[in-house]
Formats: sequence, structure tokens, C-alpha cells
Amino acid sequence: MYRYDEFDARLVRERIAQFRDQIERRLDNRLTEDQFKPLRLMNGVYLQLHAYMLRVAIPYGELNAKQLRALAHIARTYDKGYGHFTTRSNIQFNWPALVDVPAILEALAEVEMHAIQTSGNCIRNVTTDPYAGVAADEVEDPRPWAELIRQWSTFHPEFSFLPRKFKIAVIGAAKDRAAMRTHDVGLQAVRDLNGSLGFRLFAGGGQGRTPYIGQEVSPFVPAASLFAYLTALLRVYNRHGRRDNIHKARIKILVASLGIEKFREEVEAEFDALPKASLDLPQGEAERIGAYFAPPPFATLSKNSDAFDTALFRDPDFAHWTHSNLKPHKQPGYSAVVVSLKPVGGVPGDATASQLDLVADLAERFSFGQARAAYDQNLILPHVRLDEAPGLFRALAEAGLATANSGLAGDIISCPGLDYCSLANARSIPVAQALSERLSDPDFQKRVGPVRINISGCINACGHHHVAHIGVLGVDKQGEEFYQITLGGSADETASIGTIVGKGLAGDAVAPAIERALNRYLDLRSDGEAFIDTLRRVGNEPFKEAIYAVA
Amino acid sequence: MKILTANRLTDGAVLWLGEDAAWSRDFESAALLDAATADGALAAAQDDPGLLVAPYLVEVDADVSVEKRERLREAIRAAGPSAGHSRKRT
Repeated sequence: MYRYDEFDARLVRERIAQFRDQIERRLDNRLTEDQFKPLRLMNGVYLQLHAYMLRVAIPYGELNAKQLRALAHIARTYDKGYGHFTTRSNIQFNWPALVDVPAILEALAEVEMHAIQTSGNCIRNVTTDPYAGVAADEVEDPRPWAELIRQWSTFHPEFSFLPRKFKIAVIGAAKDRAAMRTHDVGLQAVRDLNGSLGFRLFAGGGQGRTPYIGQEVSPFVPAASLFAYLTALLRVYNRHGRRDNIHKARIKILVASLGIEKFREEVEAEFDALPKASLDLPQGEAERIGAYFAPPPFATLSKNSDAFDTALFRDPDFAHWTHSNLKPHKQPGYSAVVVSLKPVGGVPGDATASQLDLVADLAERFSFGQARAAYDQNLILPHVRLDEAPGLFRALAEAGLATANSGLAGDIISCPGLDYCSLANARSIPVAQALSERLSDPDFQKRVGPVRINISGCINACGHHHVAHIGVLGVDKQGEEFYQITLGGSADETASIGTIVGKGLAGDAVAPAIERALNRYLDLRSDGEAFIDTLRRVGNEPFKEAIYAVA
Repeated sequence: MKILTANRLTDGAVLWLGEDAAWSRDFESAALLDAATADGALAAAQDDPGLLVAPYLVEVDADVSVEKRERLREAIRAAGPSAGHSRKRT
């Protein structure tokens, strides 16, 4: 993985010193809250319902064992013993005191982490495919490009005060495992007929109150021109994006109001006028950064493992877990393992300090010291020998990290909701918990197969409900929580926005309604048809009927 | 009637203005303010940014039950998260 050079290290240390001073001035009242708020937000510090919240960036989701241990230490020392992984592959601490923030940032800097650009109207943490460098279908490892974008965008003076926040995702394969088209800019690595690397570039995706799927701006931006093209695009946004209305300030509104053709014309005109030589990637830079992401020293193995096959035969729980939580690896004899942060009845994305420490140990024992945070709020050990999967399974299971539900009905994405968030209108976690209990039968989940169920506690859609196969949106009616169900969203390469099926349900009615919808799918599906395929074939109506059927 | 609430600057903890004009962590000790005193109390709180962040008034009825729209939010602020690792065990 990438390691800080002297510039990264200095920049992070200088920012901590600056923010420490700003906190001191706030505490002795030399800064008012109005003056201080934008400064703390630039450093990832929010004020939520009960306490401050610190959002720590996990660049493109990549973590090493030392970093996991530092997160565990922070959770234990400065929080209530846990952290919460988000849909942007960040981690949030819900209870830090403002006075402790400098010490927390020091602990993060020790392991080359920070909370810079996790808030504010700047380019946020760049996300990617959690199976980067693992999946056999990728044309290019997206991580070096995500890192290059991180370096380019960090403290970028021209793009630090955009009309609104700006999120970029990079993928390296045609299959989208990073919800790329829900981002302000999405990049898909592609190769032209000569084999040269470039990016298919999408813009104007986003969720929130006006969701859009990103549209293609260019089918091929040559890799060397990527930063000139991004500069042109951000300049167009910076110039024309609305600053008068926070609800209309994201680039998705600009793209939608100009239309994609006009937007593309503007970007191309800006691109043509740029002094590109100064923005092109220096010769050898992509290779230099790419070297940090070289494959680990894999053993040469056969693609089958006797130890694995024996365990499959002897241990039905292990066999069951492998079906959902082991993902294919391009290296023979290896697999990527999903560490489930979705225990039955648990809080999606929460990990305790001891779980974080354990994942660090297991990463060292089984996965070359590497782990990843994925946008579905799970962790991944990317490079596990099939031989060693049975041992890993037992260690994870003991710590409650081996729920066999990756990609299944129990793998619910949920924002923190009104239990923590000052923007939320309704609680998300209790609904996720009730649903997870209701759908907990592993055989039922296996029968239903892949389905994405996501819950947001307000229209800002941090829980990605718009792009769920089954989405749940919490709303407030006169102090009572209701939940609208959406159907037909998708965050993959067939991205779509779900539609609301009808009037909101009471919180305790959500889980039974979704269970009925899943049963309706089992009745309606043809052979080999996944939930979303059946839904797309037959339409919402039969599912709507099931959702509103009186039990 | 109204009550006055804010977050504590140092750690963000939820506070209510009590009968004795002191800030308390306990919702039960929140003072009921009438229209005349509420605005003055809010103004005083806003003048004390060295202690408080984002003070605001909450509408309550006679038995100190928070009105409609804000009811759930204020209940969660008073009691802590209703779910998850930091839920208060009783």
C-alpha cells in the first residue's frame, strides 16, 4: 500500500499543529463558534446530537494492521469502545471530546492517517472497488489512480471552496463494485485498441433529495491527461455550480440543468484552453505510485486446496460461510474474505476496539497485513490462502465477525440515523436491527440470494436507499417516524434509482413488509433470476401488493 | 412554555438550563421558561460561547413534554441513542 513520503508526513503534522491552535483559541473564546465551525469541519469534526463526531479518511478503503490497531486504540481511549464504518469507506467516532481531538489526530498521523477533507466543500475521500488488485476482471488496478487523485486534490487551492462537496470514485473493471455512478465524478479504467490506458469519465451522479445516475462525459480520457481533464471539469463546476441554494449546489444539478451535451461542451472547451503540459502527470509518476500497490509475495499454489475441501465437507457452517463471504481471487489458491460487520441484530458498520485489534492480527496472519473497508460497511481481508480459510473462519466466528451474509438480505447498509445524526428525521439502526433479526434464517437468505437492502434516516441518503434493490427512507410526520419503501434501485454497472412504492410504514411494519416482498420474489422468479432481475421483469406492482398486504 | 438546551463546548455533551440558572446534563432538571424569560435566557446563552455551542429553545407543554416535530429528536438527545453500542443499559 502507499506509504507517506516526507511531504505527506509534513503536511499532516502541520495541519495538526494548526488545528490544535485553532481548538485552543476556540476553548478560550478567542474564536467564536461561527468562526470555528468551518475550521473544525475542514478537519473532520462535526457536532452531532450527543457529542462531537470525528470522521477519519480511509483513502480508497485501504488499511494495514498498524492502522487498524490505531483505530482500536482511539475507539478504546477516546470513544466508547467502537467505531462506525460508513458508506464512503471512512470510519466515524461518535463520542470524542473536542479537547481530545489533537491527541487523536496525532495517533492517526503516527500510522499515516488523518481526517482532512472528510467534510466541507472540497474533494472528499476517493473511493474504489474493494476488490482492486484481487478481481480477475480488472483492466487496471484503480488504487494508484485513486492515490494520485488524493495527492492532487489534497489542499488543492483552487478546489478547496467548491459550491458543494465533491466525491470521486475510480474503478478498474466494467463491473462496478464501488457505486461509481452515484458519485460527482466516476472514473472507469479502460484500454483503447492500442492497449493504452484511459478513463471513461462520468459526472453528475449523486443521491440526496434529487438523486441522479452519473452520465458519460467522455468515453476515453487518456491517462496522461486525466488531471487536466479533471481540472477542466472542476473549473466548469466551480464557475457555474450554484452557490445560492445548498440543495442545488452539487454538480448533479448543474449537469442536469445544462444537459450532458452542453456540460460536455463546456468541459471540452475549458480542457482545450488549459496549459496541459503543466497539468499532465510527470513521466514515470504513475509507475512510481503504482509500485506501492505491487501484488504481495503470493505463494504458487494449485487452484484447489485439500484442506479447504475437507473443511467444506466436515463443517457445514464453514461451507455456508464460504458461499457468501469468500470472493474470487485472480491468484490461484487465494480468496478475498468478507469480514461481516452485519451480525444478526447488530449495528451495520460498527466494529468494537477488540474486533479491530483482532482483524489487525488476522490481517497479519492471513492476508499480508492488509485489510480494506468496503462501501457496504464490511471489512475485507483481500489475500487469504484457501488452505487457511478454515482457521480464519474459526477466529472470525469467535469474535462475531463471520456472519454468512455478504451480499445477502442480512447485509443491510444503514446510516447512523436519528440515534446520532443531527440531520436525520428518523432512526435507522433499530429498523436495520429488526430487519436483520426478521431475515436472520440463513437458509432463507441463501434461498433469496443476492439482494441489496439499504436504510437512510433522511433524504440526504447516506444509507444509499435510492440505489438499493429495496430501499428504506425514514421520514418524520409530526414527531412520529414513518418509513417509505423504494424498489428497483441499483448501484452497479446497471445503476438505477429506486421508486417509492407508496405511503410510509410504521417502524415495526418495515421488516414484515420486506419479508413479504422477498417471499413474493421467491414465488415469481424464473430459474437463476436474482431479485433485481425479477423486479425489473415484472415491475413493482406485485411487490407493492406484498408490501401493503395485511399480514 | 420553553426549555433551553445546548451542547457543551469541550465535549459536545447535551445540556439544559436548570432552575438555578446552572446548566445541567439532566433533562429532568430543565427549567420551564415562559415567553418573557426564554428569549433573555437564550440571548445570555449565546453570549457565553466559551461554554456552549448552538443553544436553542424547545417548545414544551405544561408537563414538559416536547411538542410534535422535535419530540423524538429531543427524547433521543435526553436519553442517548436508543440502539447500538453506546445505548444506556438500564
